[in-house]
Amino acid sequence: MPQPSLYQEEHHPSPLQYTWMEFKKNHIAVAGFFCFTFFLIITIFCPLLAPFDPNMQQIGDLLIPPSWYPNGGISHLFGTDALGRDLLSRIIYGCRMTFGISILLVIVAMLLGVGLGALAGMSKGFRSSFINHTLDSIQAIPTLLIAIIIIAILGPGLVNSMWAIALSLIPQFVHQTRDFIRRELSKEYIMAAKLDGASKRHIFIHSILPNMGEMLVVQATLALSVSILDISALGFLKLGAQAPSSELGAMLLEGIEVAYIAPWTIAVPGGTLFVMIISINLVGDGLRSALRNRLLH
Amino acid sequence: MTNVLLRYTNLVLVTLFILSLLSFILAYLFPGEAVENLTGLRLNELTAMQNSALTYAADDNIFVQYWHYIGELFAGNWGVSFSSGLPLYEDVGHYLPASIELSAYALFLSFFIGLPLGFIAALRHHKLTDYSLLSVSLLGYSIPVFWLALLLILVFSLQLGWFPLSGRISLLFEIPSITDFIIIDILLSDSIDKQAALISALRHLILPTLSIAVVTTTLILRITRRSVIETLNSEFILAAYARGLTPRQVLMRHGIRNALIPILPLLAMQFPTLLTNAMIVESIFSWPGIGNWLIQAIYQQDYPAIRAGMLAVSVLVVIFTMSIDLTIRLTDPRRRRAERATT
Repeated sequence: MPQPSLYQEEHHPSPLQYTWMEFKKNHIAVAGFFCFTFFLIITIFCPLLAPFDPNMQQIGDLLIPPSWYPNGGISHLFGTDALGRDLLSRIIYGCRMTFGISILLVIVAMLLGVGLGALAGMSKGFRSSFINHTLDSIQAIPTLLIAIIIIAILGPGLVNSMWAIALSLIPQFVHQTRDFIRRELSKEYIMAAKLDGASKRHIFIHSILPNMGEMLVVQATLALSVSILDISALGFLKLGAQAPSSELGAMLLEGIEVAYIAPWTIAVPGGTLFVMIISINLVGDGLRSALRNRLLH
Repeated sequence: MTNVLLRYTNLVLVTLFILSLLSFILAYLFPGEAVENLTGLRLNELTAMQNSALTYAADDNIFVQYWHYIGELFAGNWGVSFSSGLPLYEDVGHYLPASIELSAYALFLSFFIGLPLGFIAALRHHKLTDYSLLSVSLLGYSIPVFWLALLLILVFSLQLGWFPLSGRISLLFEIPSITDFIIIDILLSDSIDKQAALISALRHLILPTLSIAVVTTTLILRITRRSVIETLNSEFILAAYARGLTPRQVLMRHGIRNALIPILPLLAMQFPTLLTNAMIVESIFSWPGIGNWLIQAIYQQDYPAIRAGMLAVSVLVVIFTMSIDLTIRLTDPRRRRAERATT
């Protein structure tokens, strides 16, 4: 418990503090949050953390098992792959590729989606329904299909697959933003702002946008896990990041050839992806229920 | 009723028009000559058969070209594949059912497991059962589908040798393709040992179906759980309790039906995800479905095939989601009222 209250004065936590208090009650979500921060630190400081160059091939050290195997060594913690590259370093750089790029994509998709959503939400009639229908049809097409089309036009590669994923992430942001704006527009504080003579732009920037942050963060965590799954799936299918790159999906693909004699080459990258996505989903779920519980009070 | 039907037909037609237009434009966007991408024939082959109607139309302006393209689409002339030279219409008709079969089994399995578990979790809300089911579903929801498929192959095919690694049926069986749904084809054919063929087909089905179903099941579980919880918290449930019904009666008479309605549209939204997963799994298990076919087409830069496959899959998705939407609109009175209120 916090310090004893000497004065009668009541302390009211801000909405943000309230959310954090609710979030802290869910221990698993907090664990997920620490995991998430851990991946974030790896992503930012990866050149300092990786013990080897991720693409350096040591001819003498092919397929060394990880350190928990009886014949594994301590110099390569996760072992080496079929070309003698240190798996730990590749995983660390792979986190930067997969996780970092996904965050970047989500931010880009969020900016574009909120912009379009605001346009759709604040306007009425043809413009709004045109945006809605276009996005509905984009959302109905599977991500992989969009990616296949874009890659067929531009050729395979990480950047081209990034376009595809960003395109498929945008519609949900637009939907959420639009629905949120529609809900808020009918509330009384907006009416008050209107009566004060605020323009549409003013209402959006000063009244609605500040309230949208929490919804956006929750939506961003959802989008982040989808984007990580997509980017690694495209890497795995040879449509995204190409072979020597240490993107986690592409690493899994390389591991398949030796999967039978060296199962760690697919266990470790896949496991990393798995933990990464779990931690994001935990944070997202925790945030959502924290927000829901806060509103109940 | 007719109004809603008309509006949906209109919407479907417009969407299909846009999709066909898109597939036509793609032929111009893809590398290479548009005529090659539309027909699948190389230029020198085309000049050899100058009397083809499409080659003449290629010299006209773009609207006339599109008009001819639509005509050919409806006539079933989708062009031929660059790599195999086979007509695409037959190819798509051959591969699409295999995908539909796989996804349908996975979807059924997920419903079968996910719905009851979702109900159980919701009825035990904030209890141990709920938390454990939710944690398990989180694991299933987070696992990358291609990794799961690889692990299943490693454990069940390579280590234990229980299930075959790839394909649709053992090569010993020669199944005449009538409907292209393997189970139905086996039951229809009479020249072979039906039981052995069925067992072989089912053994090939298990691993791919499982890998797709894990993600879908957890999605259904979570959606069901949320929907049931929200329904049970609503006022008409309280009213039912107030009238003196037992919890069992409340659930049976008021809970289940009302909780099931919001599940369907949410599930329809997950359909593209299911399809993406199915496409990835197909390519891992060499399942002869449309996803595997499309991915192979990308590797071989087979642009006519990509164009035709994209059109087929997106039309399938649009018709499926629209029909679910329509069923909901026609069956749920709440939606109808909401609609009337806005107009």
